[in-house]
Amino acid sequence: MTVMGPHTATEPTLFERSRPGRRASELASVDVDDVDLAAALDGVELAEQPPALPEIAELDLLRHFTRMSQRNHGIDAGFYPLGSCSMKYNPRIAERVAALRGFAAAHPWAPASAVQGTLGALWELERWLTELTGLHAATLQPAAGAQGELVGLLLIRAYHEHRDEDRDTIIIPDSAHGTNPASATIAGFETVTVPSGDDGLVDVDALEKLVDDRTAGLMLTNPNTLGLFEMEIERIAAAVHDAGGLLYYDGANFNAIAGRVRPGDMGFDVVHLNVHKTFATPHGGGGPGAGPVVVSEVLAPYLPTPVVIADDGPQPAYHLEWDRPRSIGRVHGFHGNTGVLLRALSYLQRHGGDGLASMSAKAVLNANYLAHRTSGTLPLAYPQHPPMHEFVLRGTAVREHGVRVLDVCKRLIDLGYHPPTNYFPLIVDEALMIEPTETETPETLDGFAAALDRAVSDAADDADLLHDAPVTTPVRRLDEAKAARELVLRWVADDDA
Amino acid sequence: MADYAPHTAADITRMLDEVGHTHLDDLFAHIPEQVRVASTLDLPPGRSEDEVLGTLARLAAHNRTDLVCFAGGGAYDHYVPAVVDAVLQRGELLTSYTPYQPEVSQGILQILFEFQTMICELTGLPIANASLYDGASAVAEAAAMACSATRRSRLAVSAGVDAPTRSVVGTYAHPLRRAVDKLAVDEVTGRTAVVDVGDDVAAVIVSQPNSLGVVEDLRAHADAAHAAGALLVVKLEPTAVGLVATPGAQGADIVVGDGQPLGQGLQFGGPTVGFLACTRPHVRRLPGRVVGQTVDAEGRRGYVMTLRTREQDIRRERATSNICTNQTLSAVAATVYLSWLGPQGLVELARGCLRRARVTADHLTALDGVSVAFSGPYLKEFALRVDGADLEMLVGGLCDDGYLVGPIIDDPTQQGAQLLMIAATERRTTADIAGLTAAFARQLDAQRPGGGGPTGPRSGAQPMTSVAER
Repeated sequence: MTVMGPHTATEPTLFERSRPGRRASELASVDVDDVDLAAALDGVELAEQPPALPEIAELDLLRHFTRMSQRNHGIDAGFYPLGSCSMKYNPRIAERVAALRGFAAAHPWAPASAVQGTLGALWELERWLTELTGLHAATLQPAAGAQGELVGLLLIRAYHEHRDEDRDTIIIPDSAHGTNPASATIAGFETVTVPSGDDGLVDVDALEKLVDDRTAGLMLTNPNTLGLFEMEIERIAAAVHDAGGLLYYDGANFNAIAGRVRPGDMGFDVVHLNVHKTFATPHGGGGPGAGPVVVSEVLAPYLPTPVVIADDGPQPAYHLEWDRPRSIGRVHGFHGNTGVLLRALSYLQRHGGDGLASMSAKAVLNANYLAHRTSGTLPLAYPQHPPMHEFVLRGTAVREHGVRVLDVCKRLIDLGYHPPTNYFPLIVDEALMIEPTETETPETLDGFAAALDRAVSDAADDADLLHDAPVTTPVRRLDEAKAARELVLRWVADDDA
Repeated sequence: MADYAPHTAADITRMLDEVGHTHLDDLFAHIPEQVRVASTLDLPPGRSEDEVLGTLARLAAHNRTDLVCFAGGGAYDHYVPAVVDAVLQRGELLTSYTPYQPEVSQGILQILFEFQTMICELTGLPIANASLYDGASAVAEAAAMACSATRRSRLAVSAGVDAPTRSVVGTYAHPLRRAVDKLAVDEVTGRTAVVDVGDDVAAVIVSQPNSLGVVEDLRAHADAAHAAGALLVVKLEPTAVGLVATPGAQGADIVVGDGQPLGQGLQFGGPTVGFLACTRPHVRRLPGRVVGQTVDAEGRRGYVMTLRTREQDIRRERATSNICTNQTLSAVAATVYLSWLGPQGLVELARGCLRRARVTADHLTALDGVSVAFSGPYLKEFALRVDGADLEMLVGGLCDDGYLVGPIIDDPTQQGAQLLMIAATERRTTADIAGLTAAFARQLDAQRPGGGGPTGPRSGAQPMTSVAER
């Protein structure tokens, strides 16, 4: 028999729980006149049988998903120091705001007069984002940071095309997020890599030699993906601008500087913001996010359509403007992830400008403190410059015990902590990238530092403890090679397999 | 000043002391002064939760929430069961991240595996991914897959694919110099004309049903596409398969769509969820995350993200797409919804919507000058032709009367003409339909010579959120 409980190792799938004829749904009773379906669908190839969806009662459905949640780590359950992901507390006010009936029930094609509240909220969010970035105009349409990257790059492409300039390369640091080169490629650019110096910052001498009349732009995050502020940013900006290129700001690390440094003031022409990171809307297991793009005045004509316009008049009124002849076109079937954007707005209103500056400072404080506490266990990869909101440890020392940082991470799970990001950035051997964020107490950071120290000393004392980890989870180490070799991407009944 | 940080003044002093600073501003001292914000930004101060909720609730109240929804255009007013919200608000699902550590992420991973299985069932194809942003970008991703598979760079997109989606396909195609041709729609049936496409075409792209509401003959399109060595890409409205055969059963190679009707609510169109399914030969061209089943060190069943080498964080500029964050929680909502609905529920839903749409059309077309624009079969949505009426005024007037219809779209078969889309979900009642019909009659009367004219303030004069092409 199958034992079902919150801690059984193997949870049946919904399909295994399914029993013919069982169901949860009851639809509104049909009070309209009957119609002849056969006549209505004359000439249509009808379904021979309905899709084999699970047949399950509502309580068992709820129990299934509750058990699924119990087998999942979230920020509500514990510390989540994933570098570059900004896993901080998600204030629940945001959920309540997004659920307000006026917002939740708004149809995307309703006349502007019927959705003034939503349009007003989006317009206000744009004002926050332009002020925080020091730029001019925004689109809220991109559904995630990477889609924002694509939009930003297409804006750069459109700008050069409009000026009849044939520029086809984007320069990207070797430490960059993988989305940067991927986005540049699908935006039709060739990518050129600029190396980082020994101190973890962009090698500006190398950059100055790389820029030329083919350079469309440079993609950079600042602080960079090593958690270090590019102090020569003005020289970097001058090099790219002097060559006729534009500067793209990857907003993944904006959490470190919000309210304190503005990308526009650093010389960036276009920015995407991951509102689900910086402004803490829930990550939902990997989305939905939203990736608004904010641009300088010269790039504004190319923004995706439509844009929210505030009408002149005694009363606040808004409409969507569609007629923008130089627009790159749309990237979303509707208007973007509005529910996520409303959560971000509520976060911004709660914090205010002063709260955001305070937030950044505490994010940086926590990272400096944790870097200080952990760098005795494993060395900082780049100790030459002070860390911002995240930092990278180099874990090569554990290799002499026959383990890798992946094993250290699995041991951390048994010690009660979600592991940091590992094997990123790619330029650091055995990298552990740690981002504590501002919403954690020093006690939590102390606990994590102690656990990391314990895991590393365990490597010396009993390497098998690390090789076998984790042992406290519903499943042990999973065979990823088998998953890729013998692809099983959907459930099939045993007798069909 | 609110920042949700837990630090006491003593904490801050002690932590700063430990890292060798005396003031929080010292942490930014190495940043060039010229780029640091000198004074306060032009932003309002922080406010209490109560104040923020009050402000935003007042703003939300500026939306019309009393409208009876007959609007469609890809977003439908289906009932979202309470159990969907109950699951989504589980903090361990709501506040988790991409499952990079599978041992502590089995919940999300198994749900996504179940989602993939359900998408395979709905599309009639054997492989599905773990979600994309939305239906429109899913079509663009499918087009990229087809270009990669065929090594061709021309796309034949039906004029019956909705305008926003065609615009998104164009946005993604332009930088890679992929040509986008438009396939005409038959002016009588509203179905996409089946034509011989050139042997340089990578994909024939149609919608099921199309943006005019009409059910396409997918088998004919599959045959035409395959004869030219092209793939058939179908953008599927997922509730359609409660009645009609799956696109996979009719020869589609890639099926994508928008999961808005599957428990997502309206939310001004987002977040929603894109889905993508394909035949086996294309599995390594999939964009985005994919979850696979495997075993753990003790032989127990478990789940991991797989085929990672396609993804941007590994393969970088040679990745199949740039997708990192996707729409996982929306995929969870779809999985809960489809479990709640079940196969019988899906059939009842699709039939119930069709009956209501038919009755709505029967009532509206009894009015003078109002006709269903095309003879082809439709499901829950249809296109109306309204002779001699200003559609924007009509929509605005109906809004004043408490009814939401639309969108207004360009008629692909008649230059300059416009059509009004009407959709009826399972939530619409006989009384709703009668009320809409009466309001429609009143608004048409008001617009026509000798009519009563508008009474009271009109919102119809305001710009309409119509679905324009780029």
